[in-house]
Amino acid sequence: MVTITGVIPRPNTYTGLWSWLTTVDHKRIGALYGFSAFFFFMVGGIEAGIMRLQLATSDASLVSADWFNAMFTMHGTTMIFMAIMPFGATFFNFLVPLMIGARDVAFPRLNAFSYWTFLFGALLMHAGFLIGQVPDAGWFSYANLTAAPFSEGKGLDFWALSLQVLGVASLAAGFNFVVTIINMRAPGMSLMRMPVFVWMTLVTSILLVLAFPIITVALIELTADRQFGANFFNTAAGGDPILWQHLFWLFGHPEVYILILPAMGVVSEIIPTYSRKPLFGYPVVVFSGIVIAIMSWAVWSHHMFTVGLGAIANSVFTITTMLIAVPTGVKIFNWIGTMWQGSIDLKTPMLMAIGFVALFIVGGLSGVSHAVSPSDFQQQDTYYIVAHIHYVLFGGAIFGIFAGIYYWYPKITGKMYHETLGQVHFWLMFIGMNLTFFPMHYAGLNGMPRRIYTYAEGFGWEFMNLLATIGYFVIVISLLVFIHNFFRSLKKGEEAGHDPWDAPTLEWSISSPPPVYNFAEIPVVKGQDAYWITKREAEARGETVPAEPHVDPSTIHMPSPSYWPLITSFGVVWIAGGLLIDFGWDYIRFPISFIGGLITIIGVIGWSNEPAAEEHHEAEAHH
Amino acid sequence: MAHADTTHAPPAHEASAHPPAHEEETNTGISHRKLLMWVFLGSDCLFFGSLIATYMVYRGQSIVGPYPIDIIDVPITTISTFVLLMSSFTMVMAVAAARNGNQKRLIQWLVCTIVLGGGFIGFQVYEFNLFRVEGLRYETNLFSSTFFTLTGFHGAHVTLGIFWLICLAVISARNPAGRPSGEDVDIAGLYWHFVDIVWIVIFTLLYLIGGFDAGPDVGHAAAQGWQWITGIIT
Ligand code: HEM
Ligand SMILES: [Cu+2]
Repeated sequence: MVTITGVIPRPNTYTGLWSWLTTVDHKRIGALYGFSAFFFFMVGGIEAGIMRLQLATSDASLVSADWFNAMFTMHGTTMIFMAIMPFGATFFNFLVPLMIGARDVAFPRLNAFSYWTFLFGALLMHAGFLIGQVPDAGWFSYANLTAAPFSEGKGLDFWALSLQVLGVASLAAGFNFVVTIINMRAPGMSLMRMPVFVWMTLVTSILLVLAFPIITVALIELTADRQFGANFFNTAAGGDPILWQHLFWLFGHPEVYILILPAMGVVSEIIPTYSRKPLFGYPVVVFSGIVIAIMSWAVWSHHMFTVGLGAIANSVFTITTMLIAVPTGVKIFNWIGTMWQGSIDLKTPMLMAIGFVALFIVGGLSGVSHAVSPSDFQQQDTYYIVAHIHYVLFGGAIFGIFAGIYYWYPKITGKMYHETLGQVHFWLMFIGMNLTFFPMHYAGLNGMPRRIYTYAEGFGWEFMNLLATIGYFVIVISLLVFIHNFFRSLKKGEEAGHDPWDAPTLEWSISSPPPVYNFAEIPVVKGQDAYWITKREAEARGETVPAEPHVDPSTIHMPSPSYWPLITSFGVVWIAGGLLIDFGWDYIRFPISFIGGLITIIGVIGWSNEPAAEEHHEAEAHH
Repeated sequence: MAHADTTHAPPAHEASAHPPAHEEETNTGISHRKLLMWVFLGSDCLFFGSLIATYMVYRGQSIVGPYPIDIIDVPITTISTFVLLMSSFTMVMAVAAARNGNQKRLIQWLVCTIVLGGGFIGFQVYEFNLFRVEGLRYETNLFSSTFFTLTGFHGAHVTLGIFWLICLAVISARNPAGRPSGEDVDIAGLYWHFVDIVWIVIFTLLYLIGGFDAGPDVGHAAAQGWQWITGIIT
């Protein structure tokens, strides 16, 4: 065993490609997550564009029905699992250790493993495009559309196996952040002094850890059906497709909160900063986050009102679903209460955060309207639902994510973004978003079903669809403005300084960008909004607080880079990928997949034989 | 371990077979690795919970045989269950030996646990093979698919545990200077006991209760499970 570790010398560089491939620094991993997430956000966006072009007019023939199916499947899957979730991970990674005053996460190499596994899983899913095997049964891939006879080819195998790999990545990240937050807070940072973003990360991570095993099992069953002839969803053998729906939504509803809670956390940091007031009702915000997480387990069948579970089930889930809107609504009042009588500074992050609140209210209201199961019978599987999910996911999650990107841009890069361009981005995206998705409410209530690749004229759907397609292009322009702003400001942006917003949380007390070791001296936390306390106390003494001075990094013992996470992830994705290989002789996939297992085992052994930190390498410094 | 800072130990080591002599300081006093194991086990509960739920929903829904009553052998599995339970006992002894720093005893108890665990797996291999010979293959019916998936994943958990214990035994045989630490063995013990407890649930539901199921019942599988849940609520 020991020999395995000895073969290749441990990486010890901090520059160049290898340093990125072997990094265990949470800030670098955060950056990797961010770029990957944005990349897949654009991929999903292009798929959305193809759908919008196809639907802009009636009887269009830009793409075939089959391709349209592939597009909406990959759009949903990509946006949820490969864009919004990794955007969340971007913030968790970059911010959580800084906000709790730690030098890294609890398991830095596991963190690298999460990222690489996510990336490889996402690439594996998209590899299906190269051989024309694209999943096409929707992001929730209902049984028995997914049964081998109804879905030939390997598209759904790519879907199921890649999603499994992505699940491994999410689980590993979830474990890591639960442990980090519970165990690694700086002295004085009790749970109720944690920034709300950290709280929401904790809640999200717990949801991840508990929800993903369920989809794991569902995917195992699906894979067993398709690859090994099992009968889980095989109606001919007595199997029940509704089981898939129960498993999927039992995972799926917590999942939508996994998508929105990080954005809620981001917004809860931003609104106080630009209102120059502490968050109104901090314990209530925290508590309602926890309540949402608990209740999210008791509402899944609102996705199944029309399945025929019976009046009792539908009534129960109507009530639970309406109840979960309460803690959600409470948070809205907290944000509004924070702004109330604050001295509001409408910088781009604040605009995005206010946009979040406004649009999320719309999405929440439409959500309550289909919580009512009789009215949902009208809405189920129409564009009304599409409108709902985009108000909560685009208006909610994506606006929250952009709010966070602008807010922490100066911290992450050390440069200030261009304010006017930022505001242009906001207004274009806000207008474009509403132009795209608001008409869908009408189209849906006028009966336009989801997932149709075209529609005949005469239903009165043309105008709404045309508006939506125009809106799409407004969003595209807004994103081009963002990309331009991002790269332009990297080069030409003003130096941001360590604390441009006079912000309350610890990450602003260190220089921008933060040094590898984060804190030369671990801070001692005296209360909520720790850095505000420090600054106000200093001001009372007539002093200002500079950024924490840099120290010689070799005096601080940090975890060393490692290539084992990369190798282990590679093995994991190989296991899944091997099952997709088809050279004529079908059984070749088992030995090939097995090789992936060997690589994984070698990776794990090498990993566990390698100490987390080498003793003598820190001397070759990074600054 | 920490050089310049004493306020807070840096996040040093991960689940590694070679932890440094002392564990890091944590807010809870529980080491990162042990907390990780607890969180993982919480997650694994949902994993087995979903598999067990699938099995229960599909109980008595197979259209063709063999059905459990034709094939399940409760006495033999009672023996293998006993073997697995005994391995929990020897694991407790191994953990105690590791805490006391008694390497020799540790190795002995680890070997006992490995042998008992291996015995359990042996029973399972025998059982699976027997079922195959008697005509119950993975794709035969709902019972076979759900049964093999659930017990198979449990067996995989036990196998992984055996490998883990072998690693610990090898390490302590090679390097008796305080390695593996009590904590290392403790964490492996948590995992081992959890897997045993899951087996108790599986044994009860699939053998003692479900082992006598015969052909298809009337009604719709998930709907029945569903009525059961709503029956409780109302
Ligand atoms: C006020 C809180 C909310 C309520 C009452 C609510 C209610 C509902 C209901 C009843 C459905 C099923 C509609 C149908 O298919 O007929 C639904 C669908 C959906 N909701 Fe919500 N929702 C809420 C918030 C959210 C949030 C915060 C998110 C995500 C961030 C979200 C994401 C979704 C998605 C993705 C679907 C569609 C799933 C699909 O069929 O593809 N919802 N919501
Ligand atoms: Cu839901």
